[in-house]
Amino acid sequence: MRIMGHQPNLSAWIGLAIVTSFIVIALFAPWIAPYGEAESVSETWASSTWQYWLGTDNIGRDMLSRLIYGARMTIGVALLTTILSFIIGTCAGLLAAIGGPIIDQALSRLVDVMLSIPLLVFALIILSMFGSSIPTLIITIAVLDSTRVFRLARAVAMNIVVLEFVEAAKLRGEGLWWIMRREILPNALPPMISEFGLRFCFNFLFVAGLSFLGLGIQPPFADWGGMVRENGRAISFGIPAPLWPAMAIAIMTVGVNLVVDWILSINARPSGASAEM
Amino acid sequence: MLRLITTRVVLGILTLLAVSVLIFAATEILPGDVASAVLGQGATPETLAAFREELGLNRPAYVRYLEWFFGAIQGDFGVAMTNKRDIITSMTPRLENTFFLAGYAALIAVPLSVSLGIIAAINEGKAVDKVANVISLAAISVPEFFIAYLLIIIFAVNLDWFPSLSTVFADMTFAKKLHVTALPAFTLTLLVAAHMLRMTRSSVLSIMSQPYIEMAFLKGLSRTRVVFHHALPNAAAPIIAVIALNLAYLIVGVVVIEVVFVYPGVGQFMVDGVTKRDLPVVQACGLVFAAAFIILNTIADVLGVLVNPRLRKPR
Amino acid sequence: MIAVTKPVLKITDLRVENLTGAVLVDNVSFELRPGEVLGLIGESGAGKSTIGLAAMVYARAGCSITGGSVEIEGLDSRKADAEGRRELRGRHIAYVAQSAAASFNPAHTILEQVCEMPIQHGLMSKAEAEAWAIELFRALDLPDPDKFGSRYPHQVSGGQLQRAMAAMAISCRPKILVFDEPTTALDVTTQIEVLALIKKLIREYNTAALYITHDLAVVAQVADRIMVLRGGKEIEIGTTSDILNKPKTAYAKALVTERKAADKISVETVEKRGPSVLEVSNAVGVYGDFVAVKKASLSVSKSETVAVVGESGSGKSSLARLIVGLLPRSEGSVRFNGVDLPPALKSRTADNLRRIQFIYQQPDVALNPRQTVGDIIGRPVEFYFNRSKPEVAKRVDELLEQVGLPKDYATRLSTALSGGQKQRVSIARALAAEPDLIICDEPTSALDQLVADEILKLLKRLQDDLGVAYLFITHDLGIVRRIAHRTAVMLRGEIIAEGPTERIFSPPFHPYTEKLLASVPELRTDWLEEVLAKREPGGKPKKAKPKV
Repeated sequence: MRIMGHQPNLSAWIGLAIVTSFIVIALFAPWIAPYGEAESVSETWASSTWQYWLGTDNIGRDMLSRLIYGARMTIGVALLTTILSFIIGTCAGLLAAIGGPIIDQALSRLVDVMLSIPLLVFALIILSMFGSSIPTLIITIAVLDSTRVFRLARAVAMNIVVLEFVEAAKLRGEGLWWIMRREILPNALPPMISEFGLRFCFNFLFVAGLSFLGLGIQPPFADWGGMVRENGRAISFGIPAPLWPAMAIAIMTVGVNLVVDWILSINARPSGASAEM
Repeated sequence: MLRLITTRVVLGILTLLAVSVLIFAATEILPGDVASAVLGQGATPETLAAFREELGLNRPAYVRYLEWFFGAIQGDFGVAMTNKRDIITSMTPRLENTFFLAGYAALIAVPLSVSLGIIAAINEGKAVDKVANVISLAAISVPEFFIAYLLIIIFAVNLDWFPSLSTVFADMTFAKKLHVTALPAFTLTLLVAAHMLRMTRSSVLSIMSQPYIEMAFLKGLSRTRVVFHHALPNAAAPIIAVIALNLAYLIVGVVVIEVVFVYPGVGQFMVDGVTKRDLPVVQACGLVFAAAFIILNTIADVLGVLVNPRLRKPR
Repeated sequence: MIAVTKPVLKITDLRVENLTGAVLVDNVSFELRPGEVLGLIGESGAGKSTIGLAAMVYARAGCSITGGSVEIEGLDSRKADAEGRRELRGRHIAYVAQSAAASFNPAHTILEQVCEMPIQHGLMSKAEAEAWAIELFRALDLPDPDKFGSRYPHQVSGGQLQRAMAAMAISCRPKILVFDEPTTALDVTTQIEVLALIKKLIREYNTAALYITHDLAVVAQVADRIMVLRGGKEIEIGTTSDILNKPKTAYAKALVTERKAADKISVETVEKRGPSVLEVSNAVGVYGDFVAVKKASLSVSKSETVAVVGESGSGKSSLARLIVGLLPRSEGSVRFNGVDLPPALKSRTADNLRRIQFIYQQPDVALNPRQTVGDIIGRPVEFYFNRSKPEVAKRVDELLEQVGLPKDYATRLSTALSGGQKQRVSIARALAAEPDLIICDEPTSALDQLVADEILKLLKRLQDDLGVAYLFITHDLGIVRRIAHRTAVMLRGEIIAEGPTERIFSPPFHPYTEKLLASVPELRTDWLEEVLAKREPGGKPKKAKPKV
């Protein structure tokens, strides 16, 4: 089978399988999960049995069911964040590239300053002000993350703007909007596809990290980062409860990364290091 | 060249100023003000007024900013809202702890990952490279706490080599301290090393595809000489940038790790501040983190200028 | 000389493939004797460079030598191990690359890099190597040879760096040198100096050499024999004079004829000029504080081709940009059909813009890779003439036919076309606007010789059919001789000579025009010798004497 005109390799297939199955699980959680999201079914931290495959959590809820429900929140928030971040970042990036030096300087300097504060620190400051609700979380992370998208989009667009077909359009007398939509955007998108995957991974880990710190998605919603936090104490007793959600996060990111790696490798060329000596 | 370096340093200072404004301004963009946000819906007008008075919110924003900023550069961040303790006094020992942990991890991670990155790059496509690629990809894909818990379950619970909680005291011996903080340091090392390895590899690879490297091979030079004499001097600037970027990442990565291991550092201090919505504490920690980040990046810029022959020897 | 000297380099049945299995070089064999120079000539993709590198038993990343043998001084070096090959490279066979700027390591001084080979191969001590390098710098006419080496590559000029690379190649006194387009990146007036020194070098050290180039006239000056290559295969091999005077194969014949056409003027001078389309007078164009165009005046009439020639940095492209309004002029005027054009692009009307069209040098970046040929050509029709969809499609068909492309190309993406086809699409896009003037900015210099020839013929035919005027920016005097009715010569932003091509190219010359003319290699073996003989013993060109 070919995807986008290219034959995926083994690791790409594994990645694609992981990503699709996690998305299916997230979409059909209520039909798949054996127990309810907040249903307390057993004692605290019961070990794995045929009844509770992954044991139970700190207040006796079925770990597997929580994981399945958690997929919705964790993946959904990260996905929304990334989409929002891309819309903001791409628009601003293209604007900076063709809107003239003043707009470019203003946007670029603002982004420089924002990027010189570590993202997590910035997010913590804002969350300490607004408290942590899901919309705040999404908007905050999206705005902060869009700075990276901005940089890439601007760089890509800058490389396209200097090409002669754009100049030809200017000489023809085309307007800014037409040039942006018809000449630049179609050429800027392909290099940004893999970036979408990378940004998703980043935001996914970032949301999970914030939830783990107790500052992200709040209970009673199940989400993987929060589940690690709730069950963190179990680890000292040798109970693997926090490892399951942590592993789910890890598998998802590895999956996305495998797909991104494949997309990147399509356009990669061997470097001089592999020449026949 | 001196001018270039001065420019970079001045730029760093300007950025720091801009960042301080941004951090301060973040507290001003709230609907209403800090007092109502912190005290919440239930606050009576009297308590609000008293609280505003206490925070000095009645004065204009720029006056408060200047006071805060000049206090901060003299090491005075004011007092915490919740327990009224002097922030700098509670922060200093924590700052030392954080730098200790970050330094510990950096000392292992930097030499390890830079050399592995170079080895992977010059063996592009061979087994060594593939193994390094898979392991580093796995390490950057997983969340910090996953690695942390995995290490705890193996080395603290099962093998019992290291403690699972990193409690440190001021009068601990250095060796004891190294032992207690081993697990958080290893976790950080793994995280940062993976990033650094991948970035080092790709910078060296981009140098290896330059025509002058092909020329060096055509001159009949040995592979070792080509790599060490021709590739690395040119890869130095990008590698330095990679190291600085990752050290900066390390400082942030420390936040989650400190929480996992209940390690008394600035990261945990800040997270506590955020949970309690203690703004002065959050601002102080934010400024310290941002300053460390900016200083590292400025050092990288300056070193980048110093090792670039085109900038060192102008036409 | 004894005829049966042993060859220093013997390549037999060489085959090079890339990872996808495409054959880059197929079944190429030749021998090279001491002191002999073999020219490898061909268009891009002919496998010239690949053969040059394969002679050093080296293949670029993604390629490998899959068949044949490479014998260097009697030793089959393909059988040698890595260590053995390393011994050969630099010491027995050395390489001179096209771009010296990219081939010198920016991190080390020139001296260090020139001395590296003899030291690393264990032939000389550091002190000996340095003394030897200085001697070579002197032999190659580099300025201040004692101190030249202490500079970094970015601190010297392109021509000097190219000579320094020749010094580097000769530093181990190898038996064979491989020159890979060593003068292509240089301006013509610099090229001749480097060419002369390369010839001297080969003769003085009696080295055998492979000389790779796409320019038949250049190789004619240095080579004893020439091999013509195409698509990785040998087409013809013979002595230089045989290839130039009686080529056997059709391909070689085409190359020679096409190149010869560049040596003589083939347009008739039109005494009575038609109504003028474009009139530039005393135009000044400034980038920041750099004056790119100084008081330039020029006019183009209907059905006329005016060439603007000059070396890189002469301001010829800036002049073109000034005319279309991309470089705002600070003084002077540009009149079009008798009406003043505003300096800036933004203040020009759609009709102003329509009447002047532009064709670019790089066909790869002149067309949007995400649009179909039909979209690209149709857009000006739609934009300027506001036609309906079927009318646009019909017009696109007409235009494709005019530029000699099949109609079904309209649905293809431009990326699926070859360089020459892309340039035809560019021309069709310009024609779609039904312009009075087309500015051609080096439209053929990125193309292979025969393809470029086709494009020039097409432009000529279109001019005859449509009466369109061309302002033709080029560095290539051969093209000027073939298509330009009038010529303007530019030097450092100024137009130093302007007039009918025939008059510009015959005495009395402006001294710079003469130097330029004298520097363009001609397709005969004795050209370089003649030019050098004309110079004074000091090696400096003679002052041009105005001939009356």
